[in-house]
Amino acid sequence: MTTSRRKFIKISAIGLGGVAATTGALNAFGANSYLDDLVKQKVSKKFKRTPTYCEVCFWKCAAWTYTNEEGEIKKIIGNDDDSHSYGRLCPRGTGGVGMYTDEDRLKTPLIRTTVNGEETFRKASWEEALDLIASKFKSVKEEHGPESFALIKHGSPGSHLEHLFKAYGSDTIAEPAYAQCRGPRETGFKATFGSWVGSPEPTDIRDTKCLVLIGSHIGENMHNSQVQEMSEAIDNGATIITVDPRLSTAASKSTHWLAIKPATDIALLLSWMNVIIEEGLYDKEYVDKYGLGFDELKEHVRQYTPEWAYGITTIKPKEIRKTARAMAHASPSVIIHPGRHVTWYGDDTQRARAMAILNGLLGSWGRRGGFYFKEKIKVPKFPHPKFPHPKWDWRDIGEKYPLAEMGITTEVLKAAIPNKDNKYPVKALMVAGTNLTKSIPDRKILEESLDSLDFMVVIDTMPMDVTGYADVVLPECTYLERYDGIRSATNRHPSIAIRVPAVAPKYDSKPVWWMAKQIGERLGLGDYFNYDDFKEVIEWQLKEMGTSLEEMEKIGVKNYPRKSGPLYMNEDEVYDFPTVSGKIEFYSEEFKELGFDPMPKYTVHPEPPQGFYRLNYGRAPMHTFSRTANNPNLNDLKSENDLWVNPKVARILGIETGQRVWLRNQDKITSTFSIKVRVTERVRWDSVYMVHGFGHDNKKLSRAYGKGINDTQLISKVTIDPIMGGTGMRGNYVEILTENPFKNTEI
Amino acid sequence: MVIDTLKCVGCSDCVVACQTENDVPIGYCRDWITETVSGTYPNLDLELKSERCNHCENAPCVRCCPTGASHQIEGGIVLVTHDECIGCGACIESCPYDARYQHPDGYVDKCTFCHHRLEKGQLPACVSVCPTKCMYFGDLDNPNSEVSQLLKNRKYKTLAPEAGTDPHVFYLT
Amino acid sequence: MQEELFTSGRHIPNIDPSLQIWHWPISLYLFLGGLAAGILFFTALFYLMGKDKEYPTAVKVATIIPPIALSVGLLALVYDLTHKLYTWQLYMTFRIESPMSWGAWVLLIVTPLSFLWTFSYYREVYPNLERKLKVFEKFKFLNTVEKFVQENRIYMAYALIPLTLVLGVYTGILLSAFNARPLWNNAILGPLFLTSGLSTGAAAIILLSKSVKERHMFGKIDLALIIIELALIVHMIMGFYAGSQVQLEAVELLVGGEFTLMFFGFVVILGLIIPAVLELIELIGYKIPVVVPALLVILGGLIFRFVMVEAGQLTRFLY
Repeated sequence: MTTSRRKFIKISAIGLGGVAATTGALNAFGANSYLDDLVKQKVSKKFKRTPTYCEVCFWKCAAWTYTNEEGEIKKIIGNDDDSHSYGRLCPRGTGGVGMYTDEDRLKTPLIRTTVNGEETFRKASWEEALDLIASKFKSVKEEHGPESFALIKHGSPGSHLEHLFKAYGSDTIAEPAYAQCRGPRETGFKATFGSWVGSPEPTDIRDTKCLVLIGSHIGENMHNSQVQEMSEAIDNGATIITVDPRLSTAASKSTHWLAIKPATDIALLLSWMNVIIEEGLYDKEYVDKYGLGFDELKEHVRQYTPEWAYGITTIKPKEIRKTARAMAHASPSVIIHPGRHVTWYGDDTQRARAMAILNGLLGSWGRRGGFYFKEKIKVPKFPHPKFPHPKWDWRDIGEKYPLAEMGITTEVLKAAIPNKDNKYPVKALMVAGTNLTKSIPDRKILEESLDSLDFMVVIDTMPMDVTGYADVVLPECTYLERYDGIRSATNRHPSIAIRVPAVAPKYDSKPVWWMAKQIGERLGLGDYFNYDDFKEVIEWQLKEMGTSLEEMEKIGVKNYPRKSGPLYMNEDEVYDFPTVSGKIEFYSEEFKELGFDPMPKYTVHPEPPQGFYRLNYGRAPMHTFSRTANNPNLNDLKSENDLWVNPKVARILGIETGQRVWLRNQDKITSTFSIKVRVTERVRWDSVYMVHGFGHDNKKLSRAYGKGINDTQLISKVTIDPIMGGTGMRGNYVEILTENPFKNTEI
Repeated sequence: MVIDTLKCVGCSDCVVACQTENDVPIGYCRDWITETVSGTYPNLDLELKSERCNHCENAPCVRCCPTGASHQIEGGIVLVTHDECIGCGACIESCPYDARYQHPDGYVDKCTFCHHRLEKGQLPACVSVCPTKCMYFGDLDNPNSEVSQLLKNRKYKTLAPEAGTDPHVFYLT
Repeated sequence: MQEELFTSGRHIPNIDPSLQIWHWPISLYLFLGGLAAGILFFTALFYLMGKDKEYPTAVKVATIIPPIALSVGLLALVYDLTHKLYTWQLYMTFRIESPMSWGAWVLLIVTPLSFLWTFSYYREVYPNLERKLKVFEKFKFLNTVEKFVQENRIYMAYALIPLTLVLGVYTGILLSAFNARPLWNNAILGPLFLTSGLSTGAAAIILLSKSVKERHMFGKIDLALIIIELALIVHMIMGFYAGSQVQLEAVELLVGGEFTLMFFGFVVILGLIIPAVLELIELIGYKIPVVVPALLVILGGLIFRFVMVEAGQLTRFLY
């Protein structure tokens, strides 16, 4: 099928009869008649409790779903025994009810078709959709090999599809969470300490004496246990040092806020190292025992004095010294937080290295108040035949980036563009749980890549923008309506949580495990799916782990004792780091051999030209990326993002709070929609700030369509990290347009 | 109720939790988050806090209610009896905090300190869900309760004290 | 720079961005209540002074207005309620602290009284109408009722004096008891509304009157009332300027803001000063069509209520 996917289907009213009337979400609640209300008041509130773990973001907090007697999900409350949430869910988790009640949800499978010359979607039965998908799997395997069918995924549905793909013979699998988010810090920390930071980050915030946030906005990101622990740290009087060009919420609660000039963080980190080494403030015993290449490091940072850093970062040398001393004073109970979304300017692995080295100097890795040794319990794999070995996979696609440890989404997408030199052609793509138009930068390459595909399947709960590119759209039911894999994440102690459906899937949506099994059976891979209901898999796994589904349904979360050793380093023993040398590598031989700087250096990054402002983006605690913009409960809290503009800039441009403006970036890409201005002192005069995840372009998202701007649309300049392929996205500049640029054209 | 503004991050969990616990219709809210920014970059101060009905001691809404639907119960909580409310809107006009609203079903509604949960020995929904644990709830008449101790040891303020309503929600600063 | 905003996107209908709970039904009722109170006060007063023959309009004719005004006003009030099915709850209790409760009960008494008073003069004032309708022939019991009412008129008059004063004042006290709306929260509003009510009542009597003597009498009364009203308004504004920050902001709405034209233009100048001047000129001797100042006063009273209700809801303590 070679229909052009570039014609992104925006309005598809034809043949899609099941769209609910969008007369406002108020109708869902306010239509009670007087008598109805009288009856409701008399009925006592009895709830049924079902255990689950949240899927609104990746923190996977375990929770209890409360369903009333009419079978409606009323509220979701955190599980008290869970170390991810301690009984308190974040606003997204609490608003998860909205994910279920959202009437804009995908209801039936959709297949792309052409009606009267217009491309649109038509409703299809599951039989037809799955048959079509299976036939495409077969044809790709015959013509190009199973490796050419790629999977880009995020979250729980991903694990079921990974299983299917591997059984099918493809390991061309990637998730945006690696190259578009935390990839660089994993590589940077692995090169230093030998292990990934991982998720959740093993930061011992509740016992720390000094928390340094450089590139992390805890409080606006809602990493549940970290926000909770930061609050505890504030109660304990911990020093918080935040480095951010903007007054983030964390910065407002900090003892020291360093208002750094954007793109100069490595300079600050190097000069901190300088102060700590020169003044002898590092943890000598720890560094002597575990440090490798300390002398090289000392020599390397000798030139990076605070005075030098002042000229680059605009932070006064006095402040740099004060904060360095504060950090060292708290050592080893100090955390230089690795951050999470670290793909900024292309040298992000080196910046992560710098942060790791600083942690190493201060002796925080493996110490109380620093980084604890995380552990998770292994969930036994349900028996299945051995997976076939693909001829090439994501490693080959990302071979240019020697230290990439997961699939690089942008490389996988680029591999779809026909190119005679391309050894690893991707011909078909399945997308699950991620909205590519908001997660992948450089829309031009994305659209070119999607356009070149023979076939594309999108699996999602909502009609997100990415569904407009698909050939087949499959409606997934929400996490509240299905069984799923057992959650076992790393933490201070191992724990497992289960997900049990509270209600049956709404409309004609289905869980992904069922879709994977159906497709697998059609491909003759039934042996890999040796069960009728995924419930059997969980029951078997739980029994292997010493518990049962009945027990788990009562408790929701089971905590296990640690087996791998103590939480922190034993001071008497010598810990063996999982690096090549067994020590903390301040000097990375591995990097040197691959041709990269063995120790981080500061490189100058371009600055916005006159009249342009750096586009900075971040999170809001009541939304997860673009996933929740249409959720009725969460949309009520924040229905669109606004553009933070410094008052000086506002004066120059003559704009005021509440005004609507458009943005155009350095490559002349203009935002589709407008955004409201918020004139605030919280943002620096050389940048503007907005929350990511708005500006949806699909009219079927009745609450989110056209609200705010999609910042990813304006990210066209991408600087790729040569070490692991991460896509740096903070190097884009925008000019603010007060007049509607589309006044004379129709979008 | 005592709320620590130094810990509040403005996540609005209290708003959603109240909505799901009390069936507040979408588009209405019983509590909300305010943000106050003062200063000039980079010398800035930011305050985030969660506001709701203050269950005032000297409640103007109780005074002005013509039917007595707005009443105070023992312990100081101000409640509205739905069947006695005629929807005249006087209490909405009288609240200096704009904490009340007209429920689509006709009566006037507001925060009830999750009275139905207090009866079962639980805390109000907003207090029990707050991820930063910045909200505290208890008996102000008991000098040994957590809330009394907090007010004894920390600086605090109330909203619009000049309105003379003697509110029962305190903000630690 | 100081910024204050809602982070959680609060946008409750009718509350944000500014209060829109009370609209024209309330303003209309406040005006009608004041008008009825004014007319009935003069009715009762002049009846008790024994001047019912000298001023027949005041005592007998103009009283057709209060029953209609009060009924329309009550209907407007009930229309404004959002939980109408429970309106009867108003009369299950009397809450001494609530001006609205006072108003509900006073209305309950005054409205029937005004109906009875008008009924007692029905055959005297509208003999032609009665000849056509012949209700007294159809419903014989009405004769007993009429006799009873006419014998007890003096007691009704005694009752009406305080009741109408309460009715006139409470419309202002109702608003001034809301300390959350700085524009309303001042003690002068009660007497001001009472004076305004009395003055509109006098103006209505002038409109309906047929005798020159009566018109002159009420013209003088109305003039005095207008002067008092102007003085009260001046004092009210002075009070705002001497008040706290929120009150200063509140008075800006009237003096230098959205409502300046309505307030000073229609209420003060057109509704008070010009009628006063006109009436003064008439008293001196020049002939002025009497309808003009009377109508202006009534119109001014109506617009005054509208301005106060709308502007007051824009003022608030926080945000």
